[in-house]
Amino acid sequence: MSRSQQTIEKFTEQEYKYGFVTDIAADTLPPGLDEEKIRFISAKKQEPEFMLQWRLKAFHKWLQMQEPTWPNVTYPPIDYQAISYYSAPKPKKQLKSLDEVDPELRQTFEKLGISLEEQKRLAGVAVDAVFDSVSVATTFKDKLHELGIIFCSFSEAVQNHPELVKKYLGTVVPYTDNFFATLNSAVFTDGSFVYIPKGVRCPMELSTYFRINEANTGQFERTLIIAEEGSYVSYLEGCTAPMRDENQLHAAVVELVALNNATIKYSTVQNWYPGDKNGKGGIYNFVTKRGKCKGVNSKISWTQVETGSAITWKYPSCILQGDNSVGEFYSVALTNNYQQADTGTKMLHLGKNTKSTIVSKGISAGHGQNSYRGLVRMQPGASNSRNYSQCDSLLIGDKCGAHTFPYIEVKNSSSQLEHEASTSKIGEDQLFYCRQRGLSTEDAVNMIVNGFCKEVFRELPMEFAVEAQKLLEVSLEGSVG
Amino acid sequence: MLEMQGVYATVGGKEILRGIDLKVKAGEVHAIMGPNGSGKSTLANVLAGRDEYEVTKGSILYKGHDLLAMAPEERACEGIFMAFQYPVEIPGVSNTYFLKAALNARRKHRGEEEVDAVDFLQLIKEKMKLLQIDEALLNRAINEGFSGGEKKRNEIFQMAVLEPTLAILDETDSGLDIDALKIVADGVNQLRADDQAIIVVTHYQRLLNYIVPDFVHVLADGRIVKSGDKDLALELEEKGYAAISARC
Repeated sequence: MSRSQQTIEKFTEQEYKYGFVTDIAADTLPPGLDEEKIRFISAKKQEPEFMLQWRLKAFHKWLQMQEPTWPNVTYPPIDYQAISYYSAPKPKKQLKSLDEVDPELRQTFEKLGISLEEQKRLAGVAVDAVFDSVSVATTFKDKLHELGIIFCSFSEAVQNHPELVKKYLGTVVPYTDNFFATLNSAVFTDGSFVYIPKGVRCPMELSTYFRINEANTGQFERTLIIAEEGSYVSYLEGCTAPMRDENQLHAAVVELVALNNATIKYSTVQNWYPGDKNGKGGIYNFVTKRGKCKGVNSKISWTQVETGSAITWKYPSCILQGDNSVGEFYSVALTNNYQQADTGTKMLHLGKNTKSTIVSKGISAGHGQNSYRGLVRMQPGASNSRNYSQCDSLLIGDKCGAHTFPYIEVKNSSSQLEHEASTSKIGEDQLFYCRQRGLSTEDAVNMIVNGFCKEVFRELPMEFAVEAQKLLEVSLEGSVG
Repeated sequence: MLEMQGVYATVGGKEILRGIDLKVKAGEVHAIMGPNGSGKSTLANVLAGRDEYEVTKGSILYKGHDLLAMAPEERACEGIFMAFQYPVEIPGVSNTYFLKAALNARRKHRGEEEVDAVDFLQLIKEKMKLLQIDEALLNRAINEGFSGGEKKRNEIFQMAVLEPTLAILDETDSGLDIDALKIVADGVNQLRADDQAIIVVTHYQRLLNYIVPDFVHVLADGRIVKSGDKDLALELEEKGYAAISARC
């Protein structure tokens, strides 16, 4: 074989091996996952070497892991080789006017009381110039910049602040953490990054909404929020508008780090497509969210309103490492039709005098199955720590289910725990009482449900709370009578 | 205003009402009395339209319309109000919020605008005085942690705000001490008007000393066995139900 032939052969072999890679402009990877595909993703994003190595370590770990079967949910097996793991960010299809928007979607917008301008933005309608040029987002960005706050996409952070990413990535949710988080670590495409400098109180609620350059972040999102000493930030994730998405599996990871005297408040309203009335379709939302109260007197507070997704699997948790640190979890999870939710929290008390509060409200309607799963662990060093847990379930109709799985581990003798749980059914008595006063059955159910969720709603930022309330109403439509 | 003719009703398959005839005109107060199990509460619930109470025979006309064809909320919006014997608790929903929703449901039904926040506050303040209701009670969740007396007083307070055409008081006096009873009765008396009627369902004559009825009906075994004026109540008190029922 001549030398040139050898070269050609080698070259073609390479071609074969990296077949799909040759087209560097390719937008989408073919389905399947192997090491080369991860290299492709990392190269596409022009990541530094440490990111690639991290992804690869995660990938090799993932290959040895088993998908968890302990959640109280059922779904057909997921073929991970049938998923495409990279799709270049594409701008949403622009529509000329609201008339082109799916009428059902518009109806929901209207029920949620979303302004016309916002409806356009959400549905991907070209926004008129006036609205765009005085964009609140731009104003906000300038203000944040002045304070030294970094708020950008994860990809930008990897490019512009690699030292911060390197220092904190995986310190709360390590790449070995669990099947879905490990998969995310290997293949995540984008997400949000927030850095609040020392002593800065972020003057506004940070929301992905204001990241105007936001492209479709895809199904493997990664968020990292770092609050330096004495800082404060309130972060809003999600949107009350219905999110239509073709990806069925969503495996996001959120990591929060709070240093000495810092506070992070993280609020989520999740309204992914729940599937139709017969349980067909819908998103599998398998998310790992965890915050570390690293410093003394730090505080992390999770508030979530989960009404969407066919299956929700998430446990926003707090590692209370710093002495006197505080962890909070306020949750409303609603399952209607054939939705399933297995959600809750973990409060891991490591530091002295640490405190945690758990308030979980599960609402089941239709054939919905709702499980609360929570762990409170007091380590030997967590002397004088306290936890208060309250888990309430509300049933609407007689085909749904509510389940509670509280785990408590206490390894010292000075800690205190309180656990309260209740299950109630919206009673005929309550409904009749409301109807006798003139309220329709539907209004009565909404009122009772909102009353049930009040303790959680009041933890949400004002405008979010109003929307969340309306969202529950929309999600419960047709669940009674 | 209300005309019941030969009304039979069952609860859970058991026949409780066996041919009730009752006519109530605007401006009148009717008292329905009777021993336990005679069907007093069933009568009240049938008028309010509770699902489990099934009318098997007879007719009920309310303002000339077929009452039985109306859903409970429709009846409420048309002016029927029932003060519950056992008011339910609804955690997390404040009394004020609930009342406002109820008032607006009526207004919507009549094609009127929703009540203005300032007007609403003024209205409830005025009615609060009438029933001597503590302001703190308003911001508490509906009936949650209320004492028996507070619950009953709250029912009449709701009645005062909603201004019904036909009010049905289902054993409102039970569980009230004499002072509370007077306050509740005073409240009801002040709400009496020419264009509205009240049906007082009660066990004892006591309440009727304060809310003086135009007519008294004695219910026994699902039928009205005797009707009369307020003196009939006194006679009942004296001789007992058995004597009156036996004579018929």
